[in-house]
Amino acid sequence: MRLSYPTNIKIIQVPCTGKVDVLYLLKAFQYGADGVYVAGCMEGDCHFLTGNLRARKRVEYAKKILEEVGIGGERLEMYNLSSAQGPRFVEIATEMTERIKKLGPNPIKAFRAPSVENNKTILISEEKNR
Amino acid sequence: MIIGKGKPIPTILKMIENHTKIIVAGCRGCVTVCSAGGEKEVGILSTALALAREKEGKPVEIREVTLERQCDPEYLETIRGFADEYEAIVSIACGAGVQFMAEKYRQIPVYPGIDTNFIGVTERQGVWTERCQACGDCKLHLTGGICPISRCAKSLFNGPCGGSSKGKCEVNPEIDCGWQLIYDRLKELNKLDQLEVIIPINDWSTSRDGGPRKIIREDLML
Amino acid sequence: MTSGSRLEKILAKGIFAVTSECGPPRGADPEVIRKKGMLIKDSVDAINVTDNQTSVVRMSSLSSCVILKQMGADPVLQMVTRDRNRIAIQSDILGAAALGLNNILCLSGDHQKFGDHAKAKNVYDLDSIHLIQTVKQMRDEGKFLGGDEIKGVPRLFIGAAANPFADPFEFRVIRLAKKVAAGAQFIQTQCIYNLDRFKRWMELVRARGLHEKVYLLGGVTPLKSLGMANYMKKMVPGMDVPDEIITRLKGVPKEKQAEEGIKICVETIQQLKEIEGVKGVHIMAIEWEEMVPRIVKEAGLLPRPQVE
Repeated sequence: MRLSYPTNIKIIQVPCTGKVDVLYLLKAFQYGADGVYVAGCMEGDCHFLTGNLRARKRVEYAKKILEEVGIGGERLEMYNLSSAQGPRFVEIATEMTERIKKLGPNPIKAFRAPSVENNKTILISEEKNR
Repeated sequence: MIIGKGKPIPTILKMIENHTKIIVAGCRGCVTVCSAGGEKEVGILSTALALAREKEGKPVEIREVTLERQCDPEYLETIRGFADEYEAIVSIACGAGVQFMAEKYRQIPVYPGIDTNFIGVTERQGVWTERCQACGDCKLHLTGGICPISRCAKSLFNGPCGGSSKGKCEVNPEIDCGWQLIYDRLKELNKLDQLEVIIPINDWSTSRDGGPRKIIREDLML
Repeated sequence: MTSGSRLEKILAKGIFAVTSECGPPRGADPEVIRKKGMLIKDSVDAINVTDNQTSVVRMSSLSSCVILKQMGADPVLQMVTRDRNRIAIQSDILGAAALGLNNILCLSGDHQKFGDHAKAKNVYDLDSIHLIQTVKQMRDEGKFLGGDEIKGVPRLFIGAAANPFADPFEFRVIRLAKKVAAGAQFIQTQCIYNLDRFKRWMELVRARGLHEKVYLLGGVTPLKSLGMANYMKKMVPGMDVPDEIITRLKGVPKEKQAEEGIKICVETIQQLKEIEGVKGVHIMAIEWEEMVPRIVKEAGLLPRPQVE
């Protein structure tokens, strides 16, 4: 569709969001991400039937942990869309970027060496959504 | 198996607040099956603790290790080579594992990262329920394979109390009344007459009440 | 005569017995028990004192019973197995007998989750049937559970509770049979609102001949209001309040509901008198003890007979 979306987003492709583990979500923040979102297929349309449902549960669980450790659960989100929804993809990217901009950088970066890049949002997405 | 659940992260952070270098030790036994202390949980807990501490400006170095089991001395030896480089161990094995770890590594504080809850079974993924209280004198043959001590909130031996309602326990409507279960099972087995027999006063000395327990098998000792 | 208590004598004579109960205070003031005792002692044959009912800490049943005994009443010591192990239980049984108490009601007790000390350890070393066996063994064999001889055997009339309205229905009579086999001599049931269901249960009781082995007293509780009836219907496990009762109370204005509740109670007692196998009534007028004399009178059960 050749629509443009914010440049601060790093996309990690997975065959199904069901592959996404709680550990990857937390590690992303440890590696310096300011925000993370998971883009999966519409509920009911998962090619592997329940992959995106598992992803949602794991995202909720990881959000709780992020809240408990003071990073903030709002920095992580799950969205559902179909691969045909190009404009929606842009909308989500923009929405998430705005949210993270408001929240500011990942709090752990306050104490880290300045070589770590600022303001990065990582997207973990089902391959077709690109 | 033994079922447990992770302690809240703030609680664990408090335990390690004065340490800068720790081991987080998991176990591939029971706690892996109930997703409380396996390799995955070691990773999640370690990352969470590291994030929390880094945010405070007091980073902590964490060595992640998952032992085969923490209740056998041979497996605990596998960390002997590097354990003394660390200030503390957070063990997410069951209470037996945490204690054995502490016994084998006397110079390092060992903290419990999970609460050990009960001996139970997996009803389905994500749901575990209690079955056994380790009373040391199994009576399951008298009650159709359902334990009156662990499945009745009052451990009654002779039938339901007056609070049993629609098959549920008065203590919590989500818990089945143990004696309703026993009744139903004996009915299916055509053994309702077993219920007419009074199960006698229990000898609790074989359970926790008798003091810490020990089993010795001479035939297995060299 | 196993104990010689007034209650036992009245039941042995075939007189329709009347018992009631007192809830002890949540404090150390003996006057509370004395006042309640004064209200009901001349209208009943025996007075039960509850034992930390619903796991809420109250003055002990044993001490309250002694106060009532001093006033000339025949107390029924209620004892639950939730809070005491067999050592404390046998000790309290000896103490009760030493202080002149002659009746004991053996119960398991409500789980501590209901009360104000939900974090307490529960004991349940024995269940209610084991407690019945314990009192019987102490009295009839003169031996402690451990086997040693008792010097100064306690003589107590043994009672137990029965709930015809709890689940499973079929099991309730089996449980009653077990209590009788263990040594129960009298039974007080949970309060009755559903007379049809109670009558069906009594049929099963009579089919086993249990009505001739144990003195059965039907429990009643007067309803103070529609609110109370609804609460008992929905919130109390093991309680059966039929829709007809609710409808009946709805049909009268709020200030007349208490009167209607008393009427229903009296009618229930009159029906109980006619059921074969029912040997008495147990009136549980929770925090409404002043109504007991009136209920007993209107049910045609006054005056209570004197026995030596």
